[in-house]
Amino acid sequence: MRVTFTVNGSQQTVDDVWEGESLLYVLRERCGLPGSKNACEQGECGSCTVYLDGSPVCACLVAAGQAEGRTVRTVEGLSDTGLDPVQEAFLDAGAVQCGFCTPGLIVQAHDLLERVPDPEDAEIREALAGNLCRCTGYEKILDAVRLAAARRTAK
Amino acid sequence: MSKAMSMDFLRPMTWAEALAAKAADPEARPILGGTDVMVELNFDRSRPSALLDLTAIPELAEWELRDGVVRLGAGVPYSRIITELGDLLPGLAIASRTVGSPQIRNRATVGGNLGSASPAGDAHPALLAAGAEVEVESVRGVRIIAVDEFFLGPKRSALQPGELIRAIGIPVTGGPQQFSKIGTRNAMVIAVCSFGIALHPAQRRVGTGIGSAAPTPLRAHAAEEFLGAELDWDGPLDRAVANRFGELVAAAASPIDDVRGTAAYRRHALSVLARRTLTWSWEEYRCV
Ligand SMILES: Cc1cc2nc3c(=O)[nH]c(=O)nc-3n(C[C@H](O)[C@H](O)[C@H](O)COP(=O)(O)OP(=O)(O)OC[C@H]3O[C@@H](n4cnc5c(N)ncnc54)[C@H](O)[C@@H]3O)c2cc1C
Ligand code: FES
Ligand code: FES
Repeated sequence: MRVTFTVNGSQQTVDDVWEGESLLYVLRERCGLPGSKNACEQGECGSCTVYLDGSPVCACLVAAGQAEGRTVRTVEGLSDTGLDPVQEAFLDAGAVQCGFCTPGLIVQAHDLLERVPDPEDAEIREALAGNLCRCTGYEKILDAVRLAAARRTAK
Repeated sequence: MSKAMSMDFLRPMTWAEALAAKAADPEARPILGGTDVMVELNFDRSRPSALLDLTAIPELAEWELRDGVVRLGAGVPYSRIITELGDLLPGLAIASRTVGSPQIRNRATVGGNLGSASPAGDAHPALLAAGAEVEVESVRGVRIIAVDEFFLGPKRSALQPGELIRAIGIPVTGGPQQFSKIGTRNAMVIAVCSFGIALHPAQRRVGTGIGSAAPTPLRAHAAEEFLGAELDWDGPLDRAVANRFGELVAAAASPIDDVRGTAAYRRHALSVLARRTLTWSWEEYRCV
């Protein structure tokens, strides 16, 4: 089947999509956007987090056809120029080890800071509860989100 | 992709079209948030003849308040129940907060929770306690099913071939409501057991719902009757009454031993949850 949707600001039409395929598969394998990662395909790890019509969701649990006519924003589309402040903060805080969880965490943290510019630690933990990282132990990830929040509010 | 994998993707734009599509292919699998359906597809656990995507039908994602009842569209995600319905449906909103993760709550719906009819579904205890009704429809017409008659067995519901869930009617009780769930973490857990309670002060009645401790979610009838008879609505909560309530709730369950917990643990935990949630609700009731 054919699916047409907006991804990172431009309209895309994808053909030969299998009816049972996920949005994650379409993004990675058909749109050339491998930023969103595939780790569990069951909503448990958050590595595939993307914005769908402005809300972060697990792309592995969205059927491709459900994206028809909708707007998707992936980690590749967070900034038009270079890196988004959240991405920079992850680098500067040393929150990236193997990096597999990073794109999902960045999208989820980006959404948190859009809604809550100056979050408490408890709010950060709650927002990131659906994103698993097997490397960092999360402390540096919390540092990164705090750093991004501080930089964004300073601007 | 090979022919063996062939499957249709149906995307009705109106409710009438959805009912017609389901009538034409009763095996077509409805999909709302996809948080149950897509896991099955990704792991090849099921291969329906078609996916029937209901997310393009605007009214499924809406709710309205009429005559003291919230008619909640089957496709309203938990995140919106939390932000929009915390005042009207406190029990369901508390339960919604415990579902999965933010990403899951942005997609997953009460309609899908009912469609899956898992004994562990977190919306169910809150719906049972509030006395909700499920509005289902097919080309043959509408049926209203009391939620305590909706669950027939593990993952089996009263939905008949060709029927789709349109909405859930949830009375606004105006009284305090609570929901509590036991799990190994504060997020992303299937309940070991759970309990929902709703005070209906106008009717001098208390509603209950037990999750994950029997083949289906269920009400604790004897416990409700006991409170109906014993509660002094104008006084403080009697400890002995609260304890007996906990025992009766535990007795209503028929839990099993499984990887998440033993039957004995579930029973004990349920009696504690019941006593606690009653105490919290009573404190709130006495303060307003
Ligand atoms: C990581 C993760 C964590 C989870 N955590 C929890 C949790 O904490 N608590 C909990 O209760 N659940 C949890 N779940 C399960 C799931 O999110 C819930 O059951 C959710 O309510 C399903 O809603 P949905 O809209 O995504 O349903 P879908 O997957 O779209 O559908 C679920 C079922 O309902 C049927 N259906 C959908 N719409 C209709 C309709 N209108 N009429 C008839 N049938 C219909 C579908 O065919 C399917 O059988 C979790 C799932 C995941 C992946
Ligand atoms: S790959 Fe989607 S949540 Fe893990
Ligand atoms: S950095 Fe390796 S999983 Fe998070």
